[in-house]
Amino acid sequence: MVMVSSSNFLDLDLDKQKKIKLGLDLQGGSYLLLELDNEPVIKQKLQSKLLEIKDYFKKNKIKILSLKLDDKLIKLKVSKDDVEKISEIFSDKESTINPYYFQYKAHQLDVKINGDVFNFELSKYGIILIKNASLDQAIEIVRKRVDEVGTNEPNILKRGNDRILLELPGLDNPDRIKSLLGKTADLAFRLESKSSNESFGTEKLKLIETGEELLLSKRVIISGDNLVDASPRMDSLNNQTVVSFTLDRVGSKRFAQATKRNIGTRLAIVLDGEIISAPVIRDVIAGGSGQISGGFTFQSATDLALLLRSGALPAPLNIIEERTVGPDLGQDSINAGILSLIIGFLLVIGFMTLKYRIFGIIANFTLIINLILLISILTLLEATLTLPGIAGIILTVGMAVDANVLIFERIKEETSKEKNNLIAFDNGYSKSKITILDANITTIIAAIILFIFGSGPVKGFSITLCVGILTTLFSVFFIARLLTSIYVKINKNKEIIIK
Amino acid sequence: MKKDYKFNQYYKSLNVFSIALILLSLIFLIFKGLNYGVDFKGGTLIEIRVETEKPDIEVLRSSFNKMNLGKISIKNFGSDNDFVVKFKRDELNDPEFIENLQRNLSQELTQDFSFRRVENVGPKVSSELLKAGVTAICLSLMAMLIYIWIRFEWQFSVGAIAALFHDVIITLGIFSALSLEINLSIVAAVLTIVGYSMNDTVVIYDRVRENLKKYSDIKIFDLTNLSINETLSRTIITSSTTLLALLSIFLFGGEILKGFSLAMILGVILGTYSSIFIANPLLVFFKVSQKTVLKEDN
Repeated sequence: MVMVSSSNFLDLDLDKQKKIKLGLDLQGGSYLLLELDNEPVIKQKLQSKLLEIKDYFKKNKIKILSLKLDDKLIKLKVSKDDVEKISEIFSDKESTINPYYFQYKAHQLDVKINGDVFNFELSKYGIILIKNASLDQAIEIVRKRVDEVGTNEPNILKRGNDRILLELPGLDNPDRIKSLLGKTADLAFRLESKSSNESFGTEKLKLIETGEELLLSKRVIISGDNLVDASPRMDSLNNQTVVSFTLDRVGSKRFAQATKRNIGTRLAIVLDGEIISAPVIRDVIAGGSGQISGGFTFQSATDLALLLRSGALPAPLNIIEERTVGPDLGQDSINAGILSLIIGFLLVIGFMTLKYRIFGIIANFTLIINLILLISILTLLEATLTLPGIAGIILTVGMAVDANVLIFERIKEETSKEKNNLIAFDNGYSKSKITILDANITTIIAAIILFIFGSGPVKGFSITLCVGILTTLFSVFFIARLLTSIYVKINKNKEIIIK
Repeated sequence: MKKDYKFNQYYKSLNVFSIALILLSLIFLIFKGLNYGVDFKGGTLIEIRVETEKPDIEVLRSSFNKMNLGKISIKNFGSDNDFVVKFKRDELNDPEFIENLQRNLSQELTQDFSFRRVENVGPKVSSELLKAGVTAICLSLMAMLIYIWIRFEWQFSVGAIAALFHDVIITLGIFSALSLEINLSIVAAVLTIVGYSMNDTVVIYDRVRENLKKYSDIKIFDLTNLSINETLSRTIITSSTTLLALLSIFLFGGEILKGFSLAMILGVILGTYSSIFIANPLLVFFKVSQKTVLKEDN
């Protein structure tokens, strides 16, 4: 144990040995909590469900009177004779159109029948599954983007079914990561519409550089999914920074076909609803590679290439919490924490020695063992030490002597009644045991609740407090008891006075 | 050396005092409310260090006021060179916000400065954190109630919980009266106070119960007094060592732990006081007797 805890102070460079991890508040770094805005994903899912239902009915030769999406409700009107049959289809556990999730005992869609109108709505679990899928996808992309920036040991965790927690140790300026994560990076190559008035299949979008509005066809020729690589490059012809890209096989084929048929038309490169550039197609592009220009600086071209390489997020990510601690504040906190630990420790030790003399020294020795144990266990658990965590250790120092004091005071009472020192000491221990357990269990309960509900640094406090109580109990009932019994045996026949 | 202080003589007057304090705290909590930090209110907190001797807070304030951040609050934080600026901001997505702020500030200020800490908490997260904090405190009170109920008789558990409420309400009342900031670490402090106060009460209650079984002729009024006296050294020593440790955090643990250690110091003092003067008079009030504890054992 001593070896384990000393590994924190000695041999700091040996990374084989376990060490207490420092929390972001001590080592400096950034903590970001991101929330996935799933609204568009759910809308899209409903859209595709609508088409699925249409196809399914067509295939099964059931007549649809009307079918439309009303906010988050799919409304289906059928002839009265079909109502029963359709309701059976949708409540069948083997149904393909309304899948049944055995683990949740629920269908994807909740069905409400109102005369000859069916109202379909995503069920609770239907929504959860969509959210989980898009969260998994988003985490992958976030990981790729964070890795590309090359921060040191990032920690990326799922929180609930629409949040991602990002811990970036040592990063004191998260602005670049934030801007990279703030973009969905939904890329699409679309042609300019041939007609000049807006219609169902077209949409007006703005060209970022000039502010010019172009009417584009909604049909996507190739999307970010078709990209296999992207990188920033200097275009030697006009000395511009561009992003060059390579397409996969499907993408190359489609790109070649589209460029072949539309020579003279403008090809818009749309990123997150804005046009980056819209060059006129001059020739067939058959090689499956090309480049995007758009007045980039080298930095913005690098970022765009990075975003395109990592792929599009399934939905926009919002930063809902951010905490950044600079490295010098972290170091200051470590220093202050250690200083107050040492001073608190000395004060308690001094107080106990003055108060109890020889038994004070026993209590102090126990306290030292207790601290070593505490740090060893935190190390073995690879717990994260935070500033409140250090406060928890100091508090343990203050409260740990309680158990010893309870015992000593009890022994004091017992020696006044019982002449035999050995029996008096034994009684002292056994009679105070229950009280000590009772008293410590209450603190453990509070610490566990704090662990469950607390977040970040506060969690570190609850861990040290909890472990501290356990090591206190151990050191008092084993170490201190051993020491006092040795002392009492030696002084068996003398009068023992506990002050 | 037997101690025989007459604590029970002060039961009544101190109970009146405590009730007055609780009422006063409630008045503060209801009418003035708590000063929530960004953890619970949402918004942005920036800790700035200005690298000159004795920087002027007014210069900093006027620089920030020029940036249209709405209502800002700016305070010295620990040393003369450190400041904490807080303002409300609901939209956290602008990745260049802090960078722009830094740039604007460097145009305004002639001195060198650095951002030591930046915290942005969105409205959704802050309301969740607040809810989690309140839930945690309520749950811990409930857990204590149940634990004491299992271990002791109901009169004891009511007494212990009353003492807990006393400590928590007055601690929060003092934070409200002095406009001290309530953040996540204060919730941690309150929970620890709950644990500590309970610990203190349990030790005395254990002794009361033991004495109840031992002496059938002593009335509860005097019996509680006897029990308090018997456990008095322990109460004083444990409170002292805990306070020494906390004092060390308060004085040397840095500005971030100030609020936490202050709340804990208040809590330990109140907890020690309440386990003597709140928890015990309630046993007297409930007329606890030897029968109460013997009934439970059979």
